[in-house]
Amino acid sequence: MNAVQSFLAMGGYAAYVWPAYAVFFIVLIADTIAPRLRRQRLLRELRARFARQSARQPRAGNGSSPTPPAAIDGQ
Amino acid sequence: MANWIPLWLHRLSSPPTFYRFAGTLQPWAMTLALLLGAIALYGGLVLAPADYQQGDAYRIIFIHVPSAWMSMFIYAVMGVASFIALVWRIKLAEVVAMESAPIGAAFTFITLVTGSLWGKPMWGTWWTWDARLTSELVLLFLFLGVIGLYRAFEDRRQGARAAAFLAIIGIINVPIVHFSVNWWNTLHQGSTVNVFGQSKMSWDMLWPLLTMTLATKFYYAASLFRRARTDLLALEGGKDWVRQIAQDEDAR
Repeated sequence: MNAVQSFLAMGGYAAYVWPAYAVFFIVLIADTIAPRLRRQRLLRELRARFARQSARQPRAGNGSSPTPPAAIDGQ
Repeated sequence: MANWIPLWLHRLSSPPTFYRFAGTLQPWAMTLALLLGAIALYGGLVLAPADYQQGDAYRIIFIHVPSAWMSMFIYAVMGVASFIALVWRIKLAEVVAMESAPIGAAFTFITLVTGSLWGKPMWGTWWTWDARLTSELVLLFLFLGVIGLYRAFEDRRQGARAAAFLAIIGIINVPIVHFSVNWWNTLHQGSTVNVFGQSKMSWDMLWPLLTMTLATKFYYAASLFRRARTDLLALEGGKDWVRQIAQDEDAR
């Protein structure tokens, strides 16, 4: 048995050691990815909301009085 | 106490400042976590010798014990942040407490599953209602309870206050988890690593364990920063600094 094989065999405990390490990495990778997806979704929503707000606002620069700051709806 | 410390803390707790601060530190914390984690894995899986009693099965310790420590550490952080949130109503403290809960739940889950995978070959059972195992399971339920209560409210800040209250009550469980192996003589082994004395472990095995512990600490920091930033954007959704960030990220 070569070195790699004996390493993977974990002295006969491969069926316990490797699943334990797999769980460790899978859970932490999920914990890393989930907030990233949430952030992308949130930024998309925010941009859509800001776009709607500025569409409702009259455009500045057509000779009328300067636009007041956008009304913010939110908490 | 020097005057600038509270002033600095006060500035840091303002959402846009913390957003930038966390954004600067987050990649460094993640890099350190990955680097230390890789070193610890090499030390633990390759360099460390097999245990004279448990053979190679003991190598689960290098993830089981750091995860267990993190589950208690994160609960303590969540408890302290909850207290600050309830007493001083600081928005950032609410965010830190509520975003710590999922990370803590993740580490508690890892602890229980890896412990189970270690228990089967060593004790002959996946699970037993031993004091250590039961109190750690209660810790998982407390984390899940905090997450659930937080999400049960329409108003997020009201939810955060209710969940913070639960988190503070549940902190009583942390010393129970820690001392359970001393108070009750059960199946789970006693502590191997002792901060204030001689550890019952050879250095070959101890250094990968301590390195992995540091790696999980940095991982927690990185994950918390990432989560807190997103949460601050959501909480401050209508403010100008958030609008600026949303537009900047779109341009990229």
